Amino acid sequence: MSNATENLVEVQDLFMYFPVTAGIMQKRVADVKAVDGISFFIKKGETLGLVGESGCGKTTTGRCILQLYDSMKGNIIFDGTDLTKLKREQMRRMRRYMQLIFQDPFASLDPRMTAGEIIGEPLKVHGLAKGQEYRDQVAELFRMVELEPFMADRYPHEFSGGQRQRIGIARALAVRPSFIVCDEPVSALDVSIQAQIIILLERLRDELNLTYLFIAHDLSVVRNISDRVAVMYLGKIVEITSADELYANPLHPYTIALLSAVPIPDPAVDRTRERIILTGDVPSPINPPRGCNFNPRCAQAMDICREETPELKNVGGEHWAACHLVK
Amino acid sequence: MVFIARGTDFWVGSVKMATTTDERILDVKELRTYFYTQEGEVKAVDGLSYHIDKGESVGLVGESACGKSVSALSILRLIPYPPGIIVGGEIFFQGQDLLKASESDMRHIRGNRIAMIFQEPTTSLNPVLTVKRQISEALELHRGMDKEASLQETIRLLKLVGIPDAEQRAQDYPFQFSGGMQQRIMIAMALSCDPALLIADEPTTSVDVTVQAQLLEILAELRDRLGTAILVITHNMGVVARYVDRVQVMYAGRLVETAPTDELYSNPKHPYTIGLLASVPRLDSERKKSLRIITGLPPNLARLPGGCAFHPRCEYAMDRCRVEAPTLEKISETHLRACFYDADKLKKY
Ligand SMILES: Nc1ncnc2c1ncn2[C@@H]1O[C@H](COP(=O)(O)OP(=O)(O)OP(=O)(O)O)[C@@H](O)[C@H]1O
Ligand SMILES: Nc1ncnc2c1ncn2[C@@H]1O[C@H](COP(=O)(O)OP(=O)(O)OP(=O)(O)O)[C@@H](O)[C@H]1O
Ligand code: SF4
Ligand code: SF4
Ligand SMILES: [Mg+2]
Ligand SMILES: [Mg+2]
Repeated sequence: MSNATENLVEVQDLFMYFPVTAGIMQKRVADVKAVDGISFFIKKGETLGLVGESGCGKTTTGRCILQLYDSMKGNIIFDGTDLTKLKREQMRRMRRYMQLIFQDPFASLDPRMTAGEIIGEPLKVHGLAKGQEYRDQVAELFRMVELEPFMADRYPHEFSGGQRQRIGIARALAVRPSFIVCDEPVSALDVSIQAQIIILLERLRDELNLTYLFIAHDLSVVRNISDRVAVMYLGKIVEITSADELYANPLHPYTIALLSAVPIPDPAVDRTRERIILTGDVPSPINPPRGCNFNPRCAQAMDICREETPELKNVGGEHWAACHLVK
Repeated sequence: MVFIARGTDFWVGSVKMATTTDERILDVKELRTYFYTQEGEVKAVDGLSYHIDKGESVGLVGESACGKSVSALSILRLIPYPPGIIVGGEIFFQGQDLLKASESDMRHIRGNRIAMIFQEPTTSLNPVLTVKRQISEALELHRGMDKEASLQETIRLLKLVGIPDAEQRAQDYPFQFSGGMQQRIMIAMALSCDPALLIADEPTTSVDVTVQAQLLEILAELRDRLGTAILVITHNMGVVARYVDRVQVMYAGRLVETAPTDELYSNPKHPYTIGLLASVPRLDSERKKSLRIITGLPPNLARLPGGCAFHPRCEYAMDRCRVEAPTLEKISETHLRACFYDADKLKKY
């Protein structure tokens, strides 16, 4: 899909299956096809949004890029280097440039460490600073995420959800990464706190020249922060294009349904929009439907959709869609 | 003869009306529910007043821990004691004060005339009974149906809430359904008794937008077809915009504003409501438009500030706001708010 080195991340033919085992012998009886053959790139300084229903494979995709599974298939090119070819020690050094911010600010912080220790730990692990320099950098990280440095001696439970998310962000920033996977970073937060964190993430991206993969199920949030957006369904990317184009001119029937399901907090506007209510449940990733995996829920499904899997096709410019209707 | 204005009359927080009208299903007055915890007295619900009319669907919106679920559990008298206790107020349901009702009356009302869909579907479905068994038993118990009739009704309800292959799937256990389907089964359970009021507490664990849309669509249809009054509890301003007639905004245990849905969104008159609307990204707004934020943190209900609970976060706060708590007052027949600041001088969002 691309070639230029301006891409910080390139994902090529990525597959990640989780085995389903049964019996005392733990025999592999089937696979959860969490990620089922996807390719995309993220340009330097860009934010790529990744949306889709629960269980469609968003988190798995992010974790594959960070090389957190041994059994994935495909290639991940990061800043020109194929991560899948690196030795363990080489990968360990590379890891510094790629960080993860979690959805759950409660579960992701060690309750026995102080905020200062949590934020400073990566500096020690990667041997980036010590002594006075270490203390200065930790204080600077606190300020960067708009926390007061005097809070460094407090433990996670003494912070609110939004503040804990700030600690998680500061920890990710400590090693001066160039790429961050933000996995639902605001979903667990209060409505009034979500906006505070989104604005913080945007400011940091611009100031520190960061590249984000921004995973979320809330399309309004994703649209707001992303340059381009990829829509995932059952382990596959069904559409990918610029954020403006996706909302102005969605092509895949699933994207259209997904957009129509997002309510707009203004009844006068909302009433004028067409609502498409999808019937049926999300099918199992163990046994995805033949052909286009969206066909059992698609109002436009044709015979060919039950036979042939549609390829991701370029429809002009940056816009790609995988549907037999798209020419 | 005493004449009492009915129907169009709007109940005002500080003014107590003597009678409820036939139209009025639920009338909550000055409800106070406190929890006594290590942190001290947690005023989860603190002077909450609102009403719901027959066939009306109402949204109760507010941030996490502002007392939404506790207010609903208070209606059903399901507050765990200790640590919780309803310390004051009245809750009229179809004219009867539930806070004075006997426990056996309450057992009859719960899951019968008032049904509730809880935040956690898994905790309210019995994991070891098939779905068919759970619903048909409820029908036999609440509606006195015989076995045959209850089985038929069970299938009808499961179809009504959109469970495909209802005859077959009825034999399954709850864990065999996805989260979204469990929610729908909860709705079917709730409807098994043909309630006058259905309370739906939105799951906090994020449901997908497409699944959420399906569920709210079902609720809206039920209201239209069966005339069931519906209270939707959520923190999502968008959800209620689409599906309810009237919105009530809650902050720190009380209502700060209520109005018919269109009015509330086009003409919000409480600084908190305006702040909430300005801080959510919208699908239809200019993309790079930066969000406005409500500064500060949601309140700690064990240590509420004096005066208006919103004052530490309010850009309009005046001296008076720090000492005196505003009560709900009319700014039009149907639009009420609790704020001292001149309603016409608030910035638009
Ligand atoms: N370690 C694992 N072992 C087995 N199955 C897994 C594992 N991790 C994920 N899965 C399965 O892979 C699929 C994709 O999961 P993933 O967490 O990537 O989804 P997601 O899109 O992030 O969903 P959500 O929005 O709920 O976070 C799901 O069916 C999930 O159950
Ligand atoms: N059993 C309990 N014991 C002690 N405190 C409780 C209990 N139940 C609720 N509370 C407290 O009451 C307050 C209101 O809680 P409630 O569950 O009503 O919030 P909510 O508005 O429903 O929030 P959410 O949107 O997160 O569901 C909170 O501060 C909560 O900690
Ligand atoms: S390929 Fe067919 S089934 Fe799939 S989205 Fe397009 S029209 Fe629908
Ligand atoms: S009463 Fe005062 S502090 Fe409270 S919302 Fe109104 S202006 Fe703000
Ligand atoms: Mg995930
Ligand atoms: Mg709740």
